[in-house]
Amino acid sequence: MIELIVPAVVSCIIAFFVVFVMTPPLIKFLEKRNLAVKDMNKKEDVMVVRPGGPSIITGIIASEIILYVFLQLNEILAVIITTSAAFVIGYVDDRRIMGGWFKPAALAIAAIPIIALGAYDSDLAFPLFGTVQIPALYLALIVFMIPITGNTINSIDVLNGVASGFMVIASFSLSICLFIVQNYEIAIVSLPLGFVSVAFYKYHKIPSKIFPGDSGALTLGAMYGTIAIVGGVEIIAAVALLPAVINSFLFLSSIKRIVEHRQVKGKPVDHTDDFRLKTTDDKTAPITLVRLILAGGPLSEKQVSFTIFKLAIFSGILAIITAFMMGISF
Amino acid sequence: MKSSFFGFLFAMWILILVGGGIVVTILGPISISGYGELNGFIASVIKAIIAIILVVIWILILSKLKNWIFRKEIKS
Repeated sequence: MIELIVPAVVSCIIAFFVVFVMTPPLIKFLEKRNLAVKDMNKKEDVMVVRPGGPSIITGIIASEIILYVFLQLNEILAVIITTSAAFVIGYVDDRRIMGGWFKPAALAIAAIPIIALGAYDSDLAFPLFGTVQIPALYLALIVFMIPITGNTINSIDVLNGVASGFMVIASFSLSICLFIVQNYEIAIVSLPLGFVSVAFYKYHKIPSKIFPGDSGALTLGAMYGTIAIVGGVEIIAAVALLPAVINSFLFLSSIKRIVEHRQVKGKPVDHTDDFRLKTTDDKTAPITLVRLILAGGPLSEKQVSFTIFKLAIFSGILAIITAFMMGISF
Repeated sequence: MKSSFFGFLFAMWILILVGGGIVVTILGPISISGYGELNGFIASVIKAIIAIILVVIWILILSKLKNWIFRKEIKS
């Protein structure tokens, strides 16, 4: 445990500062190339550059390489390769509009390195009841998990700072849980995800200077999913991610098919005269987490974001309780 | 409004715990004999089918819960 402190501290510092230092020049570079989109939730015509994925993936790769030098675990290689593949998939989607099935299918392929490197344990651990051995089913779980976590984080990236802020809360909750279940090495491997998210949140929070884009959101989501698998904390990770899972569940149960957000014609959210967010009466629009939050009345973008963060903190607490319950068995 | 969200999250969490219990106590111990080398494969197929049925039931319960908890909000 003591020998892990130095790699943990070094990798966290690298993760934070690479993103913190690299993002401002990336913003200038994207501005010069006019790679900007309109921030739909601002009264004025505010243009925000995207994608921020390149600085996020650089921070992750740099910090995980440092950890690999110290620990030389196949699990770290799996994190690096799968997360990098998710970044490439997201970057392709940032530059070219792909079909609704592209990302889930491509992310399923991105999960293969986890299997190829044998960086998983096919015992699925449940709180209170112990573990179940499902060798064949577990392979299917790996292939499904990365598209689910990647797209779940991507689907919650709807307001300034929400994707990165949510990831800060969820990833640090997951790290705490990994420490609780005494999986110290993977806990340290997971820490850079939180520090990368904190550094990116500095530029992504209201008013955003940069959006993560699909490349950023898929990178964060895929790394989260990979850590859940290699750390053997799939159920705990799912609990910490519940608000984002609810968002995806509400979206899919109202649209009833897998589509890109941009393909949905109905508008779930509109603006009041003072440009607060309000829900619409559009029956064709999907039900989303933001739309339900706004059902109580119009709110500012910041108020909606903070409500989502409160839900994320609640889920994080449930995840930590779940981690403690892992040690109890009937 | 906010309390209904926390209630829905809590309900999802309970469903996960209960689902885990069903998986470990019922699904896990399933084993097949009498088919030679195919025993493991057949057991896996049966487990997979039951797991898919459980997921569908989980989604249906969640959908009903969503409608019940957010009835007013969804109508609006």
